Amino acid sequence: MSEQSTGSADQQDERVPAMQRLLDNPFLLLFMGVATPAALYLIWGVMELSQVPLAQ
Amino acid sequence: MAVDAQAPARGFYEAKFRTCPETGLKVCAQAEALIKANAVVAVVFLAVGGFFGLLVALTRWPAVHLLPADWFYLLLTAHGADVLLFWIIFFEMAVLYFASAILLNCRLAAPKFAWLGFILMLVGAIVANVAVLQGESSVMFTSYVPMQAAPHFYLGLILFAVGALIGCFVFFGTLVIAKEEGTYQGSIPLVTFGAVTAAIIAVFTIASGAIILIPTFLWSVGYISHIDPLMYKVVWWAMGHSSQQINVSAQVAIWYAIAAMLLGAKPLSEKVSRMAFLMYILFLQLASAHHLLVEPGISSEWKIFNTSYALYLAVLGSMIHGMSIPGAMEAAQRKRGLTNGAFEWLRKAPWGNPAFSGTVFSIGIFGFLGGISGVVMGTEQLNLIMHNTLYVPGHFHATVVGGTTLAFMAITYLLVPLIFRKEIMLKKVAQWQPYVFGIGIAGISLFMMGAGTLGVSRRHWDIGFSDAAMSFDYPAMAFAMMTMNGIAGVLATVGGLMFVIVIVLSVFFGKPRTPEAIAATPTLGAGGEVVAQAGSETHPKLPGTIILVAVFLVAFVLYYYVNWKYLSEIWPLS
Amino acid sequence: MAILPPENRLWWKEPLSGTEIVWIAVAFVWGLVMFGTMVSWHFVGKQNLSNEAYRIDPAVYAELTEAQAEKYKVRMEGNLDVPVSHPPPGSDVYMLGRLWEWWPVLELEKDQTYRLHLSSVDWQHGFSLQPQNINLQIHPGYDMVLTIKPDKAGEYAVVCNEFCGIGHHTMVGKIYVVDKK
Repeated sequence: MSEQSTGSADQQDERVPAMQRLLDNPFLLLFMGVATPAALYLIWGVMELSQVPLAQ
Repeated sequence: MAVDAQAPARGFYEAKFRTCPETGLKVCAQAEALIKANAVVAVVFLAVGGFFGLLVALTRWPAVHLLPADWFYLLLTAHGADVLLFWIIFFEMAVLYFASAILLNCRLAAPKFAWLGFILMLVGAIVANVAVLQGESSVMFTSYVPMQAAPHFYLGLILFAVGALIGCFVFFGTLVIAKEEGTYQGSIPLVTFGAVTAAIIAVFTIASGAIILIPTFLWSVGYISHIDPLMYKVVWWAMGHSSQQINVSAQVAIWYAIAAMLLGAKPLSEKVSRMAFLMYILFLQLASAHHLLVEPGISSEWKIFNTSYALYLAVLGSMIHGMSIPGAMEAAQRKRGLTNGAFEWLRKAPWGNPAFSGTVFSIGIFGFLGGISGVVMGTEQLNLIMHNTLYVPGHFHATVVGGTTLAFMAITYLLVPLIFRKEIMLKKVAQWQPYVFGIGIAGISLFMMGAGTLGVSRRHWDIGFSDAAMSFDYPAMAFAMMTMNGIAGVLATVGGLMFVIVIVLSVFFGKPRTPEAIAATPTLGAGGEVVAQAGSETHPKLPGTIILVAVFLVAFVLYYYVNWKYLSEIWPLS
Repeated sequence: MAILPPENRLWWKEPLSGTEIVWIAVAFVWGLVMFGTMVSWHFVGKQNLSNEAYRIDPAVYAELTEAQAEKYKVRMEGNLDVPVSHPPPGSDVYMLGRLWEWWPVLELEKDQTYRLHLSSVDWQHGFSLQPQNINLQIHPGYDMVLTIKPDKAGEYAVVCNEFCGIGHHTMVGKIYVVDKK
């Protein structure tokens, strides 16, 4: 991709910082945005319900 | 119309473009047509669902008590589905196509699939409406099992969700095409990043919806004998609440867009604003737990962690946006020379432009009424004194109507000249519309929250209990609140009607935008060149924004602890 | 502008202004304070929801409730066919929700502790104790157990605040709290 006028000359060759590369990657974000609530909310929540004991 | 020959080898269709005379952006004809279709259908559902909402508010007005009980519950179900789901998600599809194809100067990926998604959504929405209006599906928006709706109610929702999912993938596909074809330089615009956030949350929302609605549909036709009500609720809210988080992301993206389009405002810092959206992507959806705080069988650890969006990191995101957006507006206005005192920049803002006033009311109502009440109600123990009272609809009318709907209305005033290329008709009506609607909605949410604080149940036809075997009277103040809620509901309906009339007349009968009109009254405000390099030390001081966010924080802290005081006065329980 | 790509290719490296840094820090700390408040209320507060719950067959729950109401019946409620149950302090007390009543009426003693069981035998219901404004969600098949200590005498209503069909708005029960005998 050409980089005309997208930054000063000394920036041209500099590597894009890791966090910026993460934020520029919608599919990585998509994975994180689905996996995080799926694990913390859904899976943890369903595990809690499956552990409710039977009444005596 | 300039037709671009840049149809790439790997595309399945020959994209047609025009060049927008106001922005210089290349506009993909297919994207434009889809934006129009989705926006028009959205407004139809807003009109229908808003009318049902008026009937609900008039029934809750004790002296009017308009509808009989069966119609009240039926129309309350329809009101929820039409405005909370259909109006909002159709409009969000328009926002996604706008933020991808239009802002990135790109052709839309797979427009045929986008149309298929649109048709599925439309058919699904109509089928669900028919199911509700037939009277066998008055199960409320939440349709908690074991209460059962007619099978085509669930089927309609499933079709709608599949259509919306297709729309999300068209959006992601467009991002890929734009990157491959190099239609933009560097990173995507912040507004598009906000739309990415919305689309990611939408994928989680719809996947959760599929997990729960497909078995529920099979149960309603008899293939499955039992659905655990608590399991249903946990998974259903991963859809039900997350769908509202799509709104939050889309609406914040629109705030940034309107601040940029009208005032030339640049984000104070791309880094900070994008990190705030990242907090949404990761944690906003955990707030689905807000609906499960007084359920049996779920541990306090799960409740506290999820209801706090992982240590309030998503609230941090919202508070960052709440400072960045007014801050960007203030910076742009100050650069333009409006530097007197703390608030000249705000006083001399374009208050006569409904896109601007709508945005400011949207931010204010969402933050002060919706945001604070949401965090308070979503506190594990405080939920005990609020769950399922009218406080809940009070809260979400501030977020979804005062916040999202008003933001969508505001950007519609820009989409009509830019995308439909028509002049806004009835300019005076348009100018006052956000004020009437905003005051009405603020009233609705405040009075319902007030009644909820006094204990009044939500989804309740007769708060006087006249047919109940055992009697009970809510405080007289609660009835006064419901009267005021009725009046505010009428006011909001007038505001909503003003919007629908202005938009329908402008779109179908408005004068086309001529080059002369564009030169005389440009839709976009002065450009962003005047603003200094974002985030640098040369940024102007922002005293007005600092005062605004300080007032917000004080209100937040006080209201939060007032509610702990209320909680400490109820019966000890453990 | 927010509708255009960032001008600076390496926008991640732009410095933040002092105002932004302070606000982010304040907002982050306030989040931690709210989180800490919720956690610490479990140790210092008196109003916390129990985590005790059991799966139970609704029919079994109904039998338990009926047996207890019969055993501790002190009178009938007004001219209705609903018993008023006065179980001994410290005991397990059963109440059920069904279309469209809370059953039975309970009579509890002030400042005594009870283990209150709540469940539904049909659809979901909302237990809304008024005018206390204590609100709980009641599910069929789940027995929710709370330890309660009514600290004010009086007549309380139990309103249903989860929509449960056409008679939802008629679903009202009662709890009396009386001074110790």
